[in-house]
Amino acid sequence: MSSDTSRLGLYLLLAPIFLWLTVLIILPHVGLFIVSISEKVGPRDYDTGFANYAAFFTEPLYWRTFARTTIMSVLATVLTLILGFPIAYYIAKLTKGRAKTTLFLMCMIPFWVSELVRTFGWMILLRETGVFSNLLQYLGLVTGPVEMLYNDAAIMVGLVYTSILFMVVPLVTTLDSLDDSLIEAGYDLGGTNTSIMREIVIPHAMPGIVSGCIVVFMLSLGNYLTPILLGGKDSLWFTGMIYTQFITRFNWELGSAFGFLLLALSSLVVFLGLKVSGQSLSNTMGRS
Amino acid sequence: MIPTNPDLECRDLIKDFDTFRAVDHIRFDVPKGSFFSILGPSGCGKTTLLRMIAGFQTPSSGDLLIKGRSMIGVPPNKRPVSMVFQHLALFPTMNIGDNVGFGLRQRGVSRSEIKTRVSKVLERVGLPNVAERRVDQLSGGQKQRVAIARCMVLEPDVLLLDEPLGALDLKLREHMKVELKALQAAFDTTFVYITHDQSEALVMSDNIAVMNNGRFEQIGTPHDVYNAPETAFVAGFVGDANKITARVSSAKDGVLTLSADGESDIRVAAQNSGFHVGQLLQVYLRPEAIELLPNGAEADKASNVSHGIVDAVLFNGANSMVTVKAEGGVLWKVALPQTGGFSSLQKGDAIRTRWHPAQARCYQAAEG
Repeated sequence: MSSDTSRLGLYLLLAPIFLWLTVLIILPHVGLFIVSISEKVGPRDYDTGFANYAAFFTEPLYWRTFARTTIMSVLATVLTLILGFPIAYYIAKLTKGRAKTTLFLMCMIPFWVSELVRTFGWMILLRETGVFSNLLQYLGLVTGPVEMLYNDAAIMVGLVYTSILFMVVPLVTTLDSLDDSLIEAGYDLGGTNTSIMREIVIPHAMPGIVSGCIVVFMLSLGNYLTPILLGGKDSLWFTGMIYTQFITRFNWELGSAFGFLLLALSSLVVFLGLKVSGQSLSNTMGRS
Repeated sequence: MIPTNPDLECRDLIKDFDTFRAVDHIRFDVPKGSFFSILGPSGCGKTTLLRMIAGFQTPSSGDLLIKGRSMIGVPPNKRPVSMVFQHLALFPTMNIGDNVGFGLRQRGVSRSEIKTRVSKVLERVGLPNVAERRVDQLSGGQKQRVAIARCMVLEPDVLLLDEPLGALDLKLREHMKVELKALQAAFDTTFVYITHDQSEALVMSDNIAVMNNGRFEQIGTPHDVYNAPETAFVAGFVGDANKITARVSSAKDGVLTLSADGESDIRVAAQNSGFHVGQLLQVYLRPEAIELLPNGAEADKASNVSHGIVDAVLFNGANSMVTVKAEGGVLWKVALPQTGGFSSLQKGDAIRTRWHPAQARCYQAAEG
């Protein structure tokens, strides 16, 4: 009897998460999958098949955009790591008390406004009549106005800027947990800055690095606003393509297939990343 | 000139922080192959001193020499010293072999030589075949030995130990004391050990420096520090002691007669002490210096004999004590021998105590 009631209690407790998983994640994906394997043969007439997936592979624009999105996201992740690691190391190891809180807060403050506003901020800086362009002209370094928007570099800047916090936070947490005496012991035993970084700090921070990279990669891959606003019409992004299929072309079938391909891709890249770094998902996400 | 250079020499070492002076005119030298302890209460500056020797902090002034070479301005990774950290600081991301081999790798020793040297040093500390294990698979005492092996594999001139036994339980600590001393003798390396635990310092050291408020109060052998403390602080900090404040009422033939409020006069031997009549003194007396007199025993004239009542019996095996309330109301801690006929002693029993004037140590007390 008592085990029955406790079991009922467990189910009741788990009910919200089950509901959430089923209604908001599993059901939509199942629906999306069914849509993605439907081929339109006539008005209101559908066959089942993989023609939508085939269309992706036969049309170079689709898979090139796909590959481009992947490569740029990986690059954005690497850049964010390279920029974020020194920041996190400085916050976690070289500052104390008030300074630490202040710096951490300063990393966080830009994220209090929406991504849209932040991206417009970059547009104000980078556009032809923007701050940088005017400054360069004022200093006499260039003769005419320069357009810095609408290229891949602008997208990269935007992507790194929008996701750096999600790299810094896990890194600060893991680096904080690194005992200073380990670093001192490294020096004491004759280690140099580089060897201590390589053999002590980075192995310790690995779970934080991997979890930060996963989050940043996912955010970049799924980002829609930044590539559209900063990249303009020349810089296609795969999420933009999905949007076009759904909204502009009203081709839900192809859009769904794209959605699934994106899901498969992100899972694959995360899997490869974990394999290469020798970490497990539970190790990187489970501890903080 | 001394014929052989001491391994470690400190000359007038000073370390000032913003608001206080942590290390104040420290000077000492440690002969080669000896075990030197710095004993002091927490906050006395001993850790700062050790960190200066290791190179993690720079002295404000003074000089520090290792094997006759000044270490001022030499970074920690270039000093011929190694340190065993308080919490050992073994690298959890590496296995034991990689931990011990870390220093050798930094020196660019070849892979095969690292392997042989690591296994050799692990054997010497009594842990063969652990190289492949993870740090968390070892017990506390084993980790301790790995931490020492990690330093000793580099053959440092001086090994610094920062209270490494603090985290161990009592039984293991007792065991490691003996083991550390044996390891030090086996490696024949100079050890500098800091601790706040007097028994660690007394058991292991060849020489002890007792530190207080950034200064060395006394440097000497464990025997000297315990039996002939030079200052009141040393007498009070090292070992147990009864402490009474009394005024000199007469001085004759090197024996002072002191009187404290409400106490019977006590006599202490103080040859050439320079104390004069009327001076206020602090008298330190070890519990084991006081004898309990069996009933009917004859008291000799030279000793201090007083009557008292047993206030409490503190049974602690070989370290058992009784507190005896003397007629004047002062409580005396007296060692309780477990061999004699005092095992039936109980609270409230009347007892006589006796101690020889030469057993007590007197220091000038601050006039209140």
